[in-house]
Amino acid sequence: MGYFGLTEISRGSLAVWRRNFDAFIRTYKVNFIPPFVEPVLYLLALGYGVGALIEDVNGIPYPVFIAPALVSISVMYSAFFECTYSSYVRMYYQKTFDAIIATPLSIEDIVTGEILWGATRGTIYAGLMIPVLFLFGVIDLPISLLLIPCAIPAGILFASIGICFTAITPSIDSLNYPAFLFITPMFLFSGTFFPISILPESLQYFAFGLLPLANVVSLNRAITAAEFSPLILYNIIWIIGVAAIFFVIGLNLMRRRLII
Amino acid sequence: MPGSPIHPVSNQTNREQGSYMEVISAHGLEKRFPDLTAVDQISFAVEEKEIFGFLGPNGAGKTTTMKMIHCVSPKTGGILSVFGMDVNKDARKIKERLGIVPQENNLDPDFSAFQNLTIYGRYFGIPRRDAETKAEELLAFMQLSEKRDVLIEKLSGGMKRRLIIARALINDPQLLILDEPTIGLDPQARHLIWEKLRHLKAEGCTQVMTTHYLDEAERLCDRLVIMDHGKILVEGSPEKLVREYAGSEIIETTPTPEAISCLEAADISYDIFGDLLQVQTATPQAIAHTLMESCRHTTVTVRRATLEDVFLKLTGRTLRE
Repeated sequence: MGYFGLTEISRGSLAVWRRNFDAFIRTYKVNFIPPFVEPVLYLLALGYGVGALIEDVNGIPYPVFIAPALVSISVMYSAFFECTYSSYVRMYYQKTFDAIIATPLSIEDIVTGEILWGATRGTIYAGLMIPVLFLFGVIDLPISLLLIPCAIPAGILFASIGICFTAITPSIDSLNYPAFLFITPMFLFSGTFFPISILPESLQYFAFGLLPLANVVSLNRAITAAEFSPLILYNIIWIIGVAAIFFVIGLNLMRRRLII
Repeated sequence: MPGSPIHPVSNQTNREQGSYMEVISAHGLEKRFPDLTAVDQISFAVEEKEIFGFLGPNGAGKTTTMKMIHCVSPKTGGILSVFGMDVNKDARKIKERLGIVPQENNLDPDFSAFQNLTIYGRYFGIPRRDAETKAEELLAFMQLSEKRDVLIEKLSGGMKRRLIIARALINDPQLLILDEPTIGLDPQARHLIWEKLRHLKAEGCTQVMTTHYLDEAERLCDRLVIMDHGKILVEGSPEKLVREYAGSEIIETTPTPEAISCLEAADISYDIFGDLLQVQTATPQAIAHTLMESCRHTTVTVRRATLEDVFLKLTGRTLRE
């Protein structure tokens, strides 16, 4: 029980991860639609539609500017929603957690498995989007393959934040609050569709200090543009550090919810 | 996984050969919530290879006790050891050797019957091949082989229950914990499950069960306790409890004023429950004769006393929820 429950995590968490992976593969056709369709829709509507009105952003064509943001958004959505609505369904409606806790696995194993799976789903989506974006000519290979390993810590970050909300939500409907009040504003204001640099300076600090997606977009854009500055070091440390914090918080909130 | 489910189970209670060892022992076991004491200092011991029952009205503390035994709900007081290990310290080791049949069906709806078993095996760290072989065996054992590849939602209530029992056996448990194993099933399905549980017992699998079906407890349990308000009221074999608390026979009739005055005249004690008059007795013929002859009472039933009579006598007839 020591060290905030971290010592209760075992290899068994991989069996939980694998259960979710197997369920994902069983319905792969429907699961593989979003990463292929979403970038196409966004690129057509925003990249080429809105983009037609914009010459370029700091010398970069608009579709190229938003491409790394689209990958970041997809990682955020898939990891966050997997560990909120989907985890909640498994926990509350399907009683899957109750069934697993009757085996040698601990609650910490279950939560860790859920977070790892949420991150994996985000990473799979990032990986599937890369060929689509490449075909549109908005990212370069092989440098953009680096988006895949970067999706892992980003996925753990959004999955852990999701698990925290799942652990405290009184009902599945209440998960709409973080979805609309936290995820949607981040989707719009994290340097996704316009550069953070046009915001007032105080808001720029706010974005890089407090918004997970702003840091992920900044990192991913540095990769696709192949322009590496000290800022990305900050982004990486921020993502890993905050992911670790929310992971531990999520673990303990879930213990509080489930151990009665 | 070991082929035989029987292993020495305790490192604390090594008694002389021939005597049974305690699989579960509880002393002053307690579960307090801020506004309620669900289990109030109970003590009991479950011995190897027996079927031990927990009976009681809703809210008596049965399920809470089960949850403490299988290490998912921490006790708040007292001592509880399973296989000689402390539930608070050795949860993983204890759970490796348990099979759990929960009250609520929590089969995994994303998978088929067969996959439910193999995926469950993975939680125990059973190698894939072994789990698959075991899963086929268990489907056959619970007569579900035909439903091997069917999704959970397409199974009937009885099939789901059988599959849950099969799932609980995937790790060859030495102790099976059954919370209402036949809840909501038709007589055919119940009889099949009873047969399987007796078969498992014959193979040496210790079982602890809760049930609301007193005929089930009477048929299956070697020993049982009746609980109410978090406490154990009585403990013993079904026969002993019936003998001690309900006599051997029960006479039932309608509580007409004639019957009542007739029984009072003959100095026979009786109870009235709504539209039912009951007499507990060891000499049913004499009393039935009195009722039918002296009082000209026409509808008199004589039946064997059952555990249900004991249960209602001890826990009352007031509705609990």
